[in-house]
Amino acid sequence: MKHVKTLTNKTLKSTMEKGGCGECQTSCQSACKTSCTVGNQTCENKR
Amino acid sequence: MIHQYKNNGYNIVMDVCSGAVHVVDDITYDVIAVYEENNEDNIETNLELLQNKLPSYSKEELEETLAEVEELKANGELFAEDVYKEFVMDFKKRKTVVKALCLHIAHDCNLGCRYCFAEEGEYHGDRSMMSLEVGKQALDFLVANSGNRKNLEVDFFGGEPTMNFEVVKELVRYGRSLEEPYNKNFRFTLTTNGILLNDEIMEFANQEMANVVLSIDGRKSVNDYMRPARNGKSTYDIIVPKFQKFAELRNQTNYYVRGTFTHHNLDFSEDVLHLADLGFQQISVEPVVAPSDEPYAIQEADLPQLMEEYDKLAKEMVKREKEGNGFNFFHFMIDLSQGPCVAKRLSGCGSGTEYLAVTPWGDLYPCHQFVGQEQFKLGTVYDGIQAEDIRDEFKLCNVYAKDKCRNCFARFYCSGGCAANSYNFHGSILDAYDIGCELQKKRIECAIMIKAALADQE
Repeated sequence: MKHVKTLTNKTLKSTMEKGGCGECQTSCQSACKTSCTVGNQTCENKR
Repeated sequence: MIHQYKNNGYNIVMDVCSGAVHVVDDITYDVIAVYEENNEDNIETNLELLQNKLPSYSKEELEETLAEVEELKANGELFAEDVYKEFVMDFKKRKTVVKALCLHIAHDCNLGCRYCFAEEGEYHGDRSMMSLEVGKQALDFLVANSGNRKNLEVDFFGGEPTMNFEVVKELVRYGRSLEEPYNKNFRFTLTTNGILLNDEIMEFANQEMANVVLSIDGRKSVNDYMRPARNGKSTYDIIVPKFQKFAELRNQTNYYVRGTFTHHNLDFSEDVLHLADLGFQQISVEPVVAPSDEPYAIQEADLPQLMEEYDKLAKEMVKREKEGNGFNFFHFMIDLSQGPCVAKRLSGCGSGTEYLAVTPWGDLYPCHQFVGQEQFKLGTVYDGIQAEDIRDEFKLCNVYAKDKCRNCFARFYCSGGCAANSYNFHGSILDAYDIGCELQKKRIECAIMIKAALADQE
């Protein structure tokens, strides 16, 4: 595309089918303890 | 739904419901804004609309841009529908398992931090240490309630957990002995203020702890004002050399130096950079959460300055990254390609369901922030979850159950925010802590800008 650079085209929708294994890290254990930081977690179930 | 913003010379368009993120030129930025408000199935009509609304661009330019926008839309990468409201209904019926515990190894602390939500370790109760017996029972409870989850997380928290480190070591040994028979993998973590840190603890932690969180607020004056020793003396000089050594021993990975900024250091980007200049590569400095009548509490009037600080920090991080001396800032981390699934994004932090806190005497609470608030006691490590109504309240808590979150662009990144903050400010876990939301949204914007700037380099 000439006008658009896509950083990610990941469609969240597709994760509805396979998602939810629950093996990923609990967000508050990582560092925060006072905020909720989910978007920075990495999926452990490689898609 | 889309969210578009300009930051550091980049025009960024987030497509909220697909998770797609685009960097666009000026004309596309303007076209998308108009298109969101007015669009028809007919491309000719859309072009006419654009010509009326954006007369400064030529018809040809608009036509070309519109074609790209339509293509993104057709691919489900722009203006994607929100299909999760229905999904969340099924999701509410899910069976939850416990996969993470925050063990309050010591309700006592050797510091007297002014902002401590744990009241210098006491959590509205008496000073107390977790016994080995209670700790083992907690690990047994975790294994028994974790279903088929393999990865289990246990954070040694406090107060100050190194004040009861023998129990920590024994519990790690005990946990390891449970791994093979039950097909589990424990990930232990330790949160410490560093005062008692020594070679033995570092060596043990480097063998056994998947992550360590090292508390320091930044510049010496800032740290020592909010984190004084019990005798009022400086803690900075004691902890900095130990933390530097610890970070190096861990190869500058799997740790965080973790600070809190307050109303007293609104120029917190200086503290982040100070930590980076001390050689730390994994840094987290986060806003204090405190009742607004506390002198150190972040006030709404502080927000403009804090927004500028985040922008300043983000720009400096891009610069340092390009120069080859970058560092990681926890609140700017965002995983655009391999991030969490929708189920995770809807379930949020998991407090009260997947994640529980355990007091030194074995009571279970939805998380460390609720410890000591009796009305949230869920049960004990001996009897398991007794207050199923409270657990279910947390289970049903998701972005679509919250008025403030339902249509927020950040909902799949923050997942509805911290339940404890919501409760403490509004008396309900279904609300949201407003100052926290504003800062969170800004951090997401900065985090994506950083990705855009680094992608620009490639």
